[in-house]
Amino acid sequence: MGMTIEKVRSVADLARIELTAEEEQRITEALQAVLKQTEALKQVNTEQVEPTIYVRPLQNVFREDEVQEGLVMEEVLANAPETENGCFKVPRIL
Amino acid sequence: MSSLLGLTAHQLQGLLEKKELSCAELVKAHLAKIEESDGEIKAFTRVTREAALEQAQAMDAQRSRGEGLAPLAGIPMALSDNLCTKGIVTTCSSRMLENFRPPYNATVVEKLQEAAAVLLGKCNLDEFGLGDSTESSAFFPTRNPHDLQASAGGACGGAAAAVAAQEVVFALGSDAGGSVRQPAAFCGVIGLKPTYGLVSGYGLIAAGSSLDQVGCFTRDFTDGALVLESICGADVQDSNSVSSPHTDFTKHLVNDVKGLKIGLPKEYIEGVAPKVKTAYEQAVAKLEELGAVCEELSLPHTKYALPCYEIVLAAEASSNLARYDGVRYGLRVEAEDVESMYNKTRGQGFGEEAKKQILFGTYVLSAQQYQDYYLKALKVRTLIKQELEQALEKYDCLLTPTTPTVAFNLAGKGKNHHGRGGVQTHGLTCPASLAGLPAVSFPFGKAQGRPIGLQLIGRAFGEGMLLRVGYTLEQNTDLTQLSPAVKGER
Repeated sequence: MGMTIEKVRSVADLARIELTAEEEQRITEALQAVLKQTEALKQVNTEQVEPTIYVRPLQNVFREDEVQEGLVMEEVLANAPETENGCFKVPRIL
Repeated sequence: MSSLLGLTAHQLQGLLEKKELSCAELVKAHLAKIEESDGEIKAFTRVTREAALEQAQAMDAQRSRGEGLAPLAGIPMALSDNLCTKGIVTTCSSRMLENFRPPYNATVVEKLQEAAAVLLGKCNLDEFGLGDSTESSAFFPTRNPHDLQASAGGACGGAAAAVAAQEVVFALGSDAGGSVRQPAAFCGVIGLKPTYGLVSGYGLIAAGSSLDQVGCFTRDFTDGALVLESICGADVQDSNSVSSPHTDFTKHLVNDVKGLKIGLPKEYIEGVAPKVKTAYEQAVAKLEELGAVCEELSLPHTKYALPCYEIVLAAEASSNLARYDGVRYGLRVEAEDVESMYNKTRGQGFGEEAKKQILFGTYVLSAQQYQDYYLKALKVRTLIKQELEQALEKYDCLLTPTTPTVAFNLAGKGKNHHGRGGVQTHGLTCPASLAGLPAVSFPFGKAQGRPIGLQLIGRAFGEGMLLRVGYTLEQNTDLTQLSPAVKGER
């Protein structure tokens, strides 16, 4: 089950990334190679093996429910491409 | 003042304390070195000259009042450009963040400020930390100070090169699978990746969250211990960070390995270049001569670590990089509707390697592929972790090469480097990352003028043992101290 240019286009659409025709081609080839390399994992017997999502056995970490200083709104908004009345502004959706 | 260059933090601290040297002199000497060398090496994305000089003068004033004698006070350092610095542009070597001024400092930056180290600038890396050569930086590749044709390694090649070129005394970077250790090996400096959670990741721009760990580049093990002591500790801003009882790292700097059991996993030697293997055997012989018990062992899952790591990293990176949408910060490419704005912003803001990783990650996380790739990789990760942990019950630490070869050549201007495959040279470093274990790379001689790096892997929160073994080697051979990387040296 290899990587095809159609699959790359469909995944790029999901990831919201516009690709040029050359990029589609190169990335398809690169991912074919990466996928081939990952085939090796199929040889490993993982029946009865639990997945490791985090390396340490952490449970929920809580802090005291106290009001703390956060970031300054103006400083945070200073990096935004477009703002209005203290809000982030996006192009029209409707 | 060139004799100041190449000294370690602890040596410089002595000179500062005896007032044989001022902070201003020290900082100026390093800024001059940056000016002389960095046009060629390109370790820095930004040099914070004015702020550094100002801070140095303030430090001198403090010292004259008898204050500011913290271990790193006045020491010139650099940060990889994926660590947020308040008000100082933090690019992650990406067009996406070319003008991003973080509104806060990473916790490690706050800690180094408390320790009064002086920031000289931000260092180049592979875009968003995804790569092994700095060639995926949106700006330029960093050259290896030992050989300008060679890569400085990556992701954090700039920070490693800055230390190797004597532009700074130490630097911080991040290591998700080898991004501190591999460039340290290529550039002939020490690169320490602590246990996952020992150092706060708050303000480190995320790539692979279950792997990313802030680490340091230093010239010797004593500096490694000093820097680690300054940056470690639990942080309310990072719920993965922990408070370890074993953080008095300098006390482990003892010249003694008698009776220690050091494991030599044979899978790490397969396919390694002959000169790297020779250096490795020399290190083993030296440790045995000093009284350590070295023994070969087998870790059969090692060969699965790289494919496992590639899947986990890409999956986590694709999720982390979803935040760059042209709305809150970073690049926006204007378009008529919001969806085209996303597509164009991300299409133009990310370089090809980042795109490839995001697409691969999105693919392995998709409903049809999740079981076969992502979940499979997480299960293999369990086996790799268990295997390493079991070995470390028997051995005090493991010794391996850091990379199978010395630094590879840069692809050259306009040439495609993508064929190299992203993180291929992290095969021997990524197992410790998958297991969350501490590991350190240190220089051990050269081959064809390029440094050779060896790696020690330890138990969780066992950094002290790594420092002890490394320090002992350092005290008993010349091979860990490479002749300074001089401009044009071959």
